[in-house]
Amino acid sequence: MSDSVLNSVFLLVSLGVIAAIILYVVSKKFYVYENPLIGDVNDILPAANCGGCGSPGCKAFAEKLVDTDDISELFCPVGGNDVMKQVSEILGKEVAEKDPTVAVVLCQGGCDVRPKTTIYQGPRTCAISAMVYGGETDCQYGCLGDGDCVAVCDFGAMHMDENTGLPVIDTDKCTSCEACVKACPRDIIEMRPRNKRDLKIFVGCLNEDKAGIAKKACDVACIGCSKCEDICPKDAVIMTDTLAYIDPVACTLCRKCVEVCPTHSIIETNFPPKKVKKPKDVKTKAKKDKAEKVTADTAQVKSEKTQANA
Amino acid sequence: MADPIIISASPHVHSARTSKKVMYDVLYALIPAFLVSIYVFGISALILTSVAIISCIVFEYLIQKYLLKTEITITDGSALITGILLAFNLPTNLPIYMIIVGSLIAIGVAKLSFGGLGYNIFNPALVGRVFLLVCFPVQMTSWPTAIENNLSIDAITGETTLGIIKEGLMYGETMTTISERIPSSMELLLGLTSGSAGEMSALALLLGGIFLIVRKVITWHIPVTIIVTMAIMTGIFWLVNPELYASPIIHILSGGAILGAFYMATDLVTSPMTKKGMVIFAVGIAIITVVIRLFGAYPEGISFAILIMNAFVPLIDKYFKPRRFGNKIKSKII
Amino acid sequence: MLKTFPKGGIHPEENKITSSKAIKRIPVPKIVYVPIAQHIGIPSEIIVEKKDKVEIGQVIAKSGGFVSSNIHTPVAGTVTKLDMIVDSSGYKKQCIVIRTDQKNESNFEVPDFPLKKEITMDQKDILQHITDSGIVGLGGATFPSHVKLDLKNDNKVDCLIINGVECEPYLTADHRLMLEKAEEIIVGIQILMHALHINKAVIGIENNKKDAIAVLKEATRDDKRIKVAALKVKYPQGSEKQLIKAILKREVPKGGLPMDVGVIVHNVGTIYAIYQAVQYDQPLIERVVTVTGKNLENASNFWVKIGTPIKDLVAEVGGLPEGTRKIVNGGPMMGKAIKNTDVPVTKGTSGILVISEEEASRQESKNCIRCGQCVFVCPMGLEPHLLMNLSEKGLYERLSDEDVMTCIECGSCSYVCPSHRPLLDYIRFGKSIVKKLNTAKN
Repeated sequence: MSDSVLNSVFLLVSLGVIAAIILYVVSKKFYVYENPLIGDVNDILPAANCGGCGSPGCKAFAEKLVDTDDISELFCPVGGNDVMKQVSEILGKEVAEKDPTVAVVLCQGGCDVRPKTTIYQGPRTCAISAMVYGGETDCQYGCLGDGDCVAVCDFGAMHMDENTGLPVIDTDKCTSCEACVKACPRDIIEMRPRNKRDLKIFVGCLNEDKAGIAKKACDVACIGCSKCEDICPKDAVIMTDTLAYIDPVACTLCRKCVEVCPTHSIIETNFPPKKVKKPKDVKTKAKKDKAEKVTADTAQVKSEKTQANA
Repeated sequence: MADPIIISASPHVHSARTSKKVMYDVLYALIPAFLVSIYVFGISALILTSVAIISCIVFEYLIQKYLLKTEITITDGSALITGILLAFNLPTNLPIYMIIVGSLIAIGVAKLSFGGLGYNIFNPALVGRVFLLVCFPVQMTSWPTAIENNLSIDAITGETTLGIIKEGLMYGETMTTISERIPSSMELLLGLTSGSAGEMSALALLLGGIFLIVRKVITWHIPVTIIVTMAIMTGIFWLVNPELYASPIIHILSGGAILGAFYMATDLVTSPMTKKGMVIFAVGIAIITVVIRLFGAYPEGISFAILIMNAFVPLIDKYFKPRRFGNKIKSKII
Repeated sequence: MLKTFPKGGIHPEENKITSSKAIKRIPVPKIVYVPIAQHIGIPSEIIVEKKDKVEIGQVIAKSGGFVSSNIHTPVAGTVTKLDMIVDSSGYKKQCIVIRTDQKNESNFEVPDFPLKKEITMDQKDILQHITDSGIVGLGGATFPSHVKLDLKNDNKVDCLIINGVECEPYLTADHRLMLEKAEEIIVGIQILMHALHINKAVIGIENNKKDAIAVLKEATRDDKRIKVAALKVKYPQGSEKQLIKAILKREVPKGGLPMDVGVIVHNVGTIYAIYQAVQYDQPLIERVVTVTGKNLENASNFWVKIGTPIKDLVAEVGGLPEGTRKIVNGGPMMGKAIKNTDVPVTKGTSGILVISEEEASRQESKNCIRCGQCVFVCPMGLEPHLLMNLSEKGLYERLSDEDVMTCIECGSCSYVCPSHRPLLDYIRFGKSIVKKLNTAKN
């Protein structure tokens, strides 16, 4: 009886010892040196693994940060300046400071304003339908509405609006990883600077067609009339032949261009409703709808913010 | 303008073949065997088959609706075929609750838990059958004996041809003495013997199988290779010692070899997609079947053989690729 | 036993409704829209300006490089504008818009060129004429012909194959051309054989065009170097690689060209254009187009000026029938669906197919049942089901390893799939990404 007990104890102990020796030898022999800094940096990074920095994941980015001498080119868009500052402290290298950005959709051609002239049948992804033709509407520059951008967003910051069929960006959740920018075959999504109240003014149109054609395809298309360019006090509007673009750096958010735009293709976000009297008779239905939508959006965002604060 | 023009990528025409039509072709192919089964076993075959079909469809509906909450696909015909094939692999005197359990395993475990039609690795009907065989060995191996125009459910239970041979050999008998007790080749061909509901008549099954090949639902590669390989293997043993091993004809015509080769092994989802792969797959099935039949505990092994080879299908698909056009150098792996 | 390629292939319903309709001329269009990207390769450079007067056959856009082609005006008239017009690619492309001069008689003369058999030019002149005349592959690929004919000195080309297969359902343009211009085509072949110093030519024709086979056999009686090969009806036999395999049993290596196995392939339409260019100095400004569809009243074949809007053609066959849901530029297997009938005819337009409601809609895609049909029918020995999956999941490295780039986009896989899976859509997408990655790598 006691023999068998002793035997098993001996057997197990010797097994343990042998295993321990093997493990020890192997761990010594195959030890891979890793710079401890990589681990430290990795801990600071947001662990979102979104690829917004250009590296396949946070660990890879940490290795790159540690290995590269000059890291002023590298930036973690999700962590932003805070994280990069901490990285700089750990590594003792200079980092560039970047203004926070947020993604915006440069198309507002929803179903109501941009009629569908054809029906697409095939896999519902923008990438494939863009290969087949210019899209279901007559505007070949605008949103295809199949939601490739929503599919790639790792942060749940995007969804497709059921009524308009356009992607909507939740600016609170957007980490500016630029995944959607890369996914969009039409280059509709742009990164624009983010300010405190998330006020933005931009041209929500990329249609390069001539005025008549563009307007026929979409009610809210930019027709290149250059009224906004004329009124802008800061020369922030850059005009090509058929299209306006508002330079976010030069723009002071004065909102003068929004008022003069005949097709309402300039979008303002999150501004409080204007108190100045509005000549109602001039306004078209689309403008009214839009104004209502914008206010509704603002209200929604505000309520979300208050909720978040609470 | 009434309806906007449709835009899609080429091709703009499509063959008239659809998944549904493929499924219904399989269904038509099973009719002769089903008729023989009804002729031999009477009403019990009808009950067995309808219970299996109904429970398969009901389980698929319930699981998809309440458990998976996905699109319900009972109309695509695949559950129907699983039901029929399961029934064909069961003895007609099986208690009804066992049929339902088998259907649940076939549909719930073997098919839907893998992701539904097209994703299952193992043939659902066979999984159901093997599950029942392992759980209820007694009921699953007591077969009703064929009596002409027998319409009563309480048939006399007997044994399958292969069962008789196996048992006889175990007790030291020789094939000469055993052969007096087993049905003749003609009887096997016509189905006047005992066994599972669908494996009765080799002739009826062959008819359906040829229909499937003509309709291009299956290719000849799997069934022909299985039968030829089985014939060669059992033939060698038989030639070495005809007293200890049954002749290839008995092996091929009995024990569901034809049912397995034409309907179970050729199941589109669980068989390889290239012709080269199909041949390898079929050879594997034949070898395992013969080994189980001659040396294993079970008298019959084709269901196990098919399930085992099912597991190898992804591997076969990976290594036996079609020859690429313009690729003169043979693949390094083979 | 008729010759054919060994692996894969399908046999869709032929529907060659217009095969007995002689090629007609349509009235000269009032306005033509000539796109500058009508061929594979670099788009041509516009050399005319707004309000310029142009004479018929004048070069209006010059070849933009080696793999490019001249474009000539199909009518005499005035350039009204240089505009962006939606072409069959579904995108707006640069176009030269020319208003036909109604008083200029050259526009309305029906060209009449008697058969001219003597070949007087030497090799260099022939090639120069082909280059200058803007001839591209008229089978649909629109690859500039002079590039194919520009042989390096060390080439071993010993056989010229003439593609008269026309394996696409519905289309009959080549068929009619072979019937009506058989002698000219034979002279065209002789011109090429003379220019390239080749002593062997084979005309491949599918056996559903027995009359064309008979006519061409008759026409080649005096020239023993040219043979006519009757081929089994099987799609995609008109694909270069499959055709070479069917006729000569030679296999073009992966990523290679027909030249690598000593063959040059030209479409019969191209041969006729070469004949016109060399013997009569005629640039490529018109081609045969089949306008067809099951519900069309007067489906037929037409000589059409390049740049004619498709609506003119549709008007000629009695207008779009009720319930038209799809208009295809090309054949049903490889053609492109177009957005509207303003799209102009280009050098690559071999047919206009009008499809009605019941045929136009694609059915919903279902799960793959692993039936293997796509693998069986793929003429290139690929596994379309696997390629689609890899493309869908974004595994482009593996996609490249599985030889996705050899796909000829014939559409046989999508055609047979019983689950109606959009196999070719995804494969095409995967190919475009792999191509991008490969160019990035180099």
